[in-house]
Amino acid sequence: MELLEKNEKLQDNKLGSFEAKIERDDAIEPRDNMPEGYRKHLIRQMSQHAHSEVIGMQPEGNWITRAPSLRAKQILLAKIQDEGGHGLYLYSAAETLGITRDEMIAQLHSGKAKYSNIFNYPALTWADIGAIGWLVDGAAIVNQVSLQRTSYGPYSRAMVRICKEESFHQRQGYEIMAKMMNGTAAQREMAQDAMNRWWWPSLMMFGPHDSESPRSGDAFKWKIKRSTNDELRQKFIDKTVQQAEVIGLKVPDADLRWNEEKKCYDHGPINWEEFHSVINGNGPCNNQRMAHHKKVHAEGAWVREAAEAYRLKEEKLN
Amino acid sequence: MDTQLGKWEVFMQAKPGANYIHAGTIHASDKKMALQNARDTYTRRGEGTSIWVVPTDAIVASNPDDNDMFFDPSNDKTYRLPTFYVMPEGAKAI
Repeated sequence: MELLEKNEKLQDNKLGSFEAKIERDDAIEPRDNMPEGYRKHLIRQMSQHAHSEVIGMQPEGNWITRAPSLRAKQILLAKIQDEGGHGLYLYSAAETLGITRDEMIAQLHSGKAKYSNIFNYPALTWADIGAIGWLVDGAAIVNQVSLQRTSYGPYSRAMVRICKEESFHQRQGYEIMAKMMNGTAAQREMAQDAMNRWWWPSLMMFGPHDSESPRSGDAFKWKIKRSTNDELRQKFIDKTVQQAEVIGLKVPDADLRWNEEKKCYDHGPINWEEFHSVINGNGPCNNQRMAHHKKVHAEGAWVREAAEAYRLKEEKLN
Repeated sequence: MDTQLGKWEVFMQAKPGANYIHAGTIHASDKKMALQNARDTYTRRGEGTSIWVVPTDAIVASNPDDNDMFFDPSNDKTYRLPTFYVMPEGAKAI
């Protein structure tokens, strides 16, 4: 009994030190005490974030062989390589919480872990590559800038590194859109069509409205999240509308209006039915994305096995 | 048996003369692959002039629970700090 009480006291002290650190805005590091819920929440969020970076390479990879110039192809290759790198930063940060990369990939393949819904939409034309860089990466940047202040040290450091690299992604996308809007009537139409298809899914990237967000309580208490979904979405809309106007693109929202009183844009209702339907596997590309990831992972197994066999052989020789 | 290969910690020097700073981790089967993967993952924009890679299980870390006791010896030795000493009035450049 005494031992049990002692143990409980110890646990209380440990949790106390965690809460005190959160209160002081100190970063939590891998070996620090943390509640199990904090660890679980981070593993879910960070692995989903890592998977999104990696799955996000697919819609863009689709255009490498069809890029309209050598310059465009080099840029696209560099951007996709960055996305792979961002996935690696995040997997490595998530591994500090005691989960392996094998386990994370298995969870992706079983459907237990999700990735961002946006990558279940197809990149149909070259203008989509512009829209993905400008809108999708633009939305991701707004979210990731906020996450630079997240309480978990390795996650925060990965976000700082990623944010430094993302602005190139957004600018290259916006440049594609601007060029097309300066081009022929057909090119302008293509750019507007991409805008029409990517605008709403980009707004959905920030997740449900704050009033509908089930897990956000703990995330704010633990300072994993520093801004709400609606705050971030608003920030994205407010800076993107002006960029669209500059190059002559129309935002496909009849209710979009500047609200002088609130000093921000009011927007029309988001189609959450579509959002939930795509999350539940009914998006245009869900099956294709997952099938491709599984196939490439299985096809690469022999390389990893050969590398291990080589290491064992070298170790024996030395 | 398929695995994601061993884990390595990556330390980078941003410019000649600077301290090596931890950048993150990578996976690799041996030293050579570890260096190449570290380069590809952490220096795509000329961020470094030199890289160290160390197998993760070779790192020994202090336990944050023991911080009070572990770092205590330094707290009561203020004579290690330059402000501990009283300098004669008028002395310059010291």
